[in-house]
Amino acid sequence: MALIKYTEDHEYISVENGVGTIGITDYAQGKLGDVTFVELPKIGEKVKQGQPIAVVESVKAASDIYSPVSGEVVEINEILNDKPELINQEPEAGAWIYKLTLSNTAELDKLMDQDAYLAYASAEG
Amino acid sequence: MVEMPKVILPAAEAAAPAPTFTGNRALQIEEPLIFEIGSAETSGVDFEEPAETETRLGGLERTDAIGLAGLSEPETMRHYVRLSQKNYSIDTGIFPLGSCTMKHNPRLNEKMARLPGFADIHPLQPEKTVQGALALMTELSRWLLELTGMHAIALSPKAGAHGEFCGMAAIKAALEARGEAETRRVVLVPVSAHGTNPATAAHLGFTVRAVEAEPDGTVSVDAVRAALGPDVAAMMLTNPNTCGLFEPHIREIADALHEAGVYLYCDGANFNAIAGKVRPGDLGADAMHINLHKTFSTPHGGGGPGAGPVVLSEALAAYAPVPFVRREGDAFRLVEHADDAPEGAAPFGRLAAFHGQMGMFVRALAYMMSHGADGIRQASEDAVLNANYVRARLADVLTQPFPEGAMHEVLFDDRFLKGTGVSTLDFAKALIDEGFHPMTVYFPLVVSGAMLIEPTESESKQSLDQFIDAVRALALAAKAGDAVRFTEAPRFAPRSRLDETRAARDPVLSYREKTPE
Repeated sequence: MALIKYTEDHEYISVENGVGTIGITDYAQGKLGDVTFVELPKIGEKVKQGQPIAVVESVKAASDIYSPVSGEVVEINEILNDKPELINQEPEAGAWIYKLTLSNTAELDKLMDQDAYLAYASAEG
Repeated sequence: MVEMPKVILPAAEAAAPAPTFTGNRALQIEEPLIFEIGSAETSGVDFEEPAETETRLGGLERTDAIGLAGLSEPETMRHYVRLSQKNYSIDTGIFPLGSCTMKHNPRLNEKMARLPGFADIHPLQPEKTVQGALALMTELSRWLLELTGMHAIALSPKAGAHGEFCGMAAIKAALEARGEAETRRVVLVPVSAHGTNPATAAHLGFTVRAVEAEPDGTVSVDAVRAALGPDVAAMMLTNPNTCGLFEPHIREIADALHEAGVYLYCDGANFNAIAGKVRPGDLGADAMHINLHKTFSTPHGGGGPGAGPVVLSEALAAYAPVPFVRREGDAFRLVEHADDAPEGAAPFGRLAAFHGQMGMFVRALAYMMSHGADGIRQASEDAVLNANYVRARLADVLTQPFPEGAMHEVLFDDRFLKGTGVSTLDFAKALIDEGFHPMTVYFPLVVSGAMLIEPTESESKQSLDQFIDAVRALALAAKAGDAVRFTEAPRFAPRSRLDETRAARDPVLSYREKTPE
C-alpha cells in the first residue's frame, strides 16, 4: 500500500519501495484550467525539497511544480509531451509527472495526509 | 449612479436575419489571407529579368519557388487596410489592460519623431553629423535621472525585460567587483511580481526565492528580513505592485537589504503612478528600468524594437553598459568601448548593436517637455484618480481582494461570480461584445480569477462612465442568471469564442495550403 502525501502547493507524492511518484492534485488541475504544456524534468536530475522541478502551463498561467521531497529523478511521464490534457483528465493517476528515489524519507513527515490536504484545499476555496 | 438605460435584446434572440451571400456583414468584411488573394504566378511589380550571374553561395542558393503571393498595389493596400480596421487600439477606445498602461500616444510625439533630423539618420553616421540626436539623448537622460533620482543611465535596452536584464547584469558586475558573485546567488522576488522578474534572475544564473505577500497584498519588512541571508544578491520589487498597491515599507525594505549587502532592483513598470511624486532613488532603488511606452506615452512595441532605459544608483553607476553619450565642451561624443570610459567606470559590456531606439527617445522627450514637471506629476495623479473612480463605481457590484485603496490600477477577483456559472474569462469575452477591449485577466496570479483594470489618465469621465456602465450591466446580468450572454461570448465579433486550448496545444504558425477535400 503506497503512502500518499500532499504539499501546500498542491503536489501529491505517492511512495512505494523508496520511490515517490509525483503529480498535481485534482484540485490543482481544476484551478489551472486546460493544461496546454508540461515541461518535464530530466532523468538523473537531483532536486531538493521545495525546489522547482517542472512546469505546467495552462490557458491561464504557467505554474512551477515544486518537488515535495529531495531525491533523484528516475523516471518521467513522457506521455505528457503529446497529451498534456491528461493532467486534466486523470491528474492523480495516469498523469503523474515524474518519479524519484527519496534521499530523505523524514521529509515526508512535513507533508499533509489526505484528510489534512482536503481540509486545506477546501479552505482555499 | 447611472445604470445602462435598458438591456437591448441581442440580435440572436430576435428573429435572426438571413446570412449574406458573401459572408460580409456591411462594413465587416470577411478578409481572406494574403495567400488566398494573391498568387505566386502574378506580381504587382514589373521587374526586369535578372542578368545571368555566377553564384558564390557554394550550393546554398535557393532553387525552388519562394511561394510569396503576388498582389497588385490596390489589392495589397485594401488587404492591409481591411485588416487594420479589425484592430482595437487606443485610438478606437478605452484599453483598460491592467499592468500594461495603454495610454494615448500624443500626435505631437509623432510629429517630432518624423523630423528628418531624427527620422533620417543612421547609427553609423559620423558623430559630428548627429550632434542634435546625441543632444536629445543627453536631454532625455537628464529628465529620466531627475525624475528617478538616480546617477547613471543606459539608454540601449530595447524593452522592459531587456532593461531588467541590464539592471541585474549591473548588479552581477558589482558583486563580481566585490568578490561575492560566487556566494550571492539568490534573488528575492515577491509572489505578485511580473513573470519577467524571476525569468530575468534565472537567465542571469541566479536562483529565485519567493517572498510571500501580507494579507493586505503588500510585502512586509519582516518577510524580507526572514528571506535574507549571506547568499542573497538582490531583491526585485515593483512599486506600486501588480495588485495596484503602493508598497508603504519600501524604504525600510531597502534599508534592510542594503544593511545585508543586497541590492534593490525596482521594476519600473508601474512608474506611471508615481512619476513626479516620488523618486525611486530616494526610496532606495539601485536599478530600475523605465518602460517609455508605459510612463512616457510612446507606442507599445515601438514600431520595431521598443525602449527600456535603465537608471542606476551611485553604487551601480560605474557598471553602466556601453555605449553612452558624453559631453565634451559643446560637443557630444559616443563612448563605444570600455577602454574609452571615464576613469572609475567599469562598463559590464554591451547590450545592443547600437544606441537604442531613437524614435522612442524623441517621442518620450516630446511627452516630457510638452507636459513639464508639473504636467508629469498631474498625469500620475490623474491616472490614480481614474483608477479609484473605477474602483468606487464598481465596488458594490464586483469584489475586491484588497479594498483599502488603489494606485493607478484596480484589482478585482471572481468572488462576485461565485455560483453564476460565469468565469473571469467569460466575463472578459462579454466585454468584447459590448465594444470594449477587456481588462487584464488571471494576473496577478496571487488572486483568484483576477481582473486588473488600468484606465490611465487619458480617459475622460464620460469615457470611464461608458466602460463602467458596461461592466456594471454585465455584473448584474451575471448575477441575474443570464449565463448564456457570457459563456457564448463574444457573439457579435467577426469570430465567436475561439478554442484557446487547442490553439495553445496545437498551434498552426505558418500558412498551409488548403488541400482539396
